[in-house]
Amino acid sequence: MTGLLELHDVSLSFKGVRALNALSFSVAKGEICALIGPNGAGKSSLLNVINGVYRADAGDIVFDGLRFEAIHAQKAAHLGIGRTFQHNALFRRLTVRENVLAGLSRHGTASFFENIFRLGRDGAERRGFLARAEQTISFLGLPRHTERVVSTLPYGLQKRVDLARALVSGPKLLLLDEPMAGMNQEEKEEMSRVIREANRVFGSTVVLIEHDVGIVLNLASHVVVLDYGRKLADGTPDEVRKNPDVIAAYLGTVH
Amino acid sequence: MTTLQESALSKPLRQPAFGVGILAVGAGLIAAFAVPVLADDYWLSSIIIPTVIMGLAGIGLNLLMGYTGLVSIGSAAFMSIGAFSTYNLLLRAPFLPLPIVLILAGLIAAIAGVIFGLPSLRIKGFYLGASTLGAQFFFEWLFTNFSWFSNDSQSLTISAPRLQILDYDLQSATGRYYLVIATTALLIALAFAIVKSRVGREWMAIRDMDVAASVIGIRVARRKLLSFGISSFFLGIAGALWAFGYLGTSDAHAFNLDKSFQILFIVIIGGVATIFGNFLGAAFIVLTPILLDRLSLIIDLSFLGDQGALANLQHIIFGTIIIVLLIKEPDGLSSLIKRGVEALRPRARSSG
Repeated sequence: MTGLLELHDVSLSFKGVRALNALSFSVAKGEICALIGPNGAGKSSLLNVINGVYRADAGDIVFDGLRFEAIHAQKAAHLGIGRTFQHNALFRRLTVRENVLAGLSRHGTASFFENIFRLGRDGAERRGFLARAEQTISFLGLPRHTERVVSTLPYGLQKRVDLARALVSGPKLLLLDEPMAGMNQEEKEEMSRVIREANRVFGSTVVLIEHDVGIVLNLASHVVVLDYGRKLADGTPDEVRKNPDVIAAYLGTVH
Repeated sequence: MTTLQESALSKPLRQPAFGVGILAVGAGLIAAFAVPVLADDYWLSSIIIPTVIMGLAGIGLNLLMGYTGLVSIGSAAFMSIGAFSTYNLLLRAPFLPLPIVLILAGLIAAIAGVIFGLPSLRIKGFYLGASTLGAQFFFEWLFTNFSWFSNDSQSLTISAPRLQILDYDLQSATGRYYLVIATTALLIALAFAIVKSRVGREWMAIRDMDVAASVIGIRVARRKLLSFGISSFFLGIAGALWAFGYLGTSDAHAFNLDKSFQILFIVIIGGVATIFGNFLGAAFIVLTPILLDRLSLIIDLSFLGDQGALANLQHIIFGTIIIVLLIKEPDGLSSLIKRGVEALRPRARSSG
């Protein structure tokens, strides 16, 4: 079976320190795949390689039938890879609506002159963008905050705006870097619900990083466990839960 | 339910605001048109015209710095390109009408802006600012060492060959004022159109977090260069107006590093990422030295030293005012005024 995303022997190092070591796994279309592992296991680095923020030293990636060794972040976005960040990377002086609208940039069809002088394709683009942005903002329960400047929002809401910005463009693959970091149990469950909904309604395949194993094992249909840049286990939540290596290295000790 | 309530609420609120906006624009245009009736030639030539032109230059830099987050301390170079281009086009292509010449001069400055904006693809912040100094020194050198640009004049100066649109002579103070104010009004409208479009939003996204902008698919490099180009287009036209609508006769040194810093201060004092704030900043830059001058005439300060010392003292006071202002109001004069207006307004909308 070929997946939407396949990694073949991907390696990455920083000044001699191996962050990823010949890592291979496959993510099937439509699934929610969780990456777990202790701090420094290479989870964020892996997301950065997939969407082109970092360049792998070796190995290649196949996304939606396209094989590449390295990709530019913009190109990844245009192929349909969306991304949220561990530490919110919102456009902090813009409102919630403007942040979400910016997420649609890759769908812009109007030329510079059409945009500025409101000619030709600009009208349809503006209306289409606004409608999609409003829809996504409602979906994430943010309508009350549409006009707020994002830097004035509490952290949990900023996390949602980050997700809205990634989701609004209808990505085929959504990479979520610790979407529930810093949340309490209730907020985490709410976020899980939103992610499950996004997966179902928008049809986005999800790869997410999360430390809370309880949440992950409920949310994901596929779990990949990393340790020191290597794959420790790969399978359904049940298989991973029973894997003795995982119990020894991760589940039994941390969190 | 909340969604419904909100859309029902926001509609009637937005309509009057839009109407007020149109009224304000109309009133502004009428006021701008009526200024020469009220102001004498001194006010027009020495205060109003330079303030408006410097405000326009401030918009140019603000599009780059305030909206796209790219620092430049070479703004005056692009003004000089606009001035020298206008001079040469009027001289060598006399069949071209003035508005076309100004647009072409702006476009020539824009091309130079794109070229000197290339370093922004690799470096940021302070280092980018330092690299824009290259433009500053290069063009000052170019226009003082190659007399072709000033039509081989001995003094290397350029003078307004003819300022006319159709058959209207624009050499008088009033004529120059109308040229400046009409050009500026059109460019203000253009600036608003740009910052309210997808282009403006993508600029601000790059300014706030360029990695995230790239990751969501914004063409960062192309947008940065576009910002340099548009910024320089505005600066080029402002430079042409400065040389011929204000100075009358100028040379490359009228656009030296001092001028670049003045524009930088206009943006910082007026407020980054604002359009009208630039005119507040420009008024501050133009008026404060005049006020200090007047003040030193009224109050006898001769006990402090001779004329030279007094001139230096003025610089010190001017600098101190800037520092105090930036500490008290880091977002510039425009946010001061915005808060003033908010305070005066009835509290009906404060819940939002």
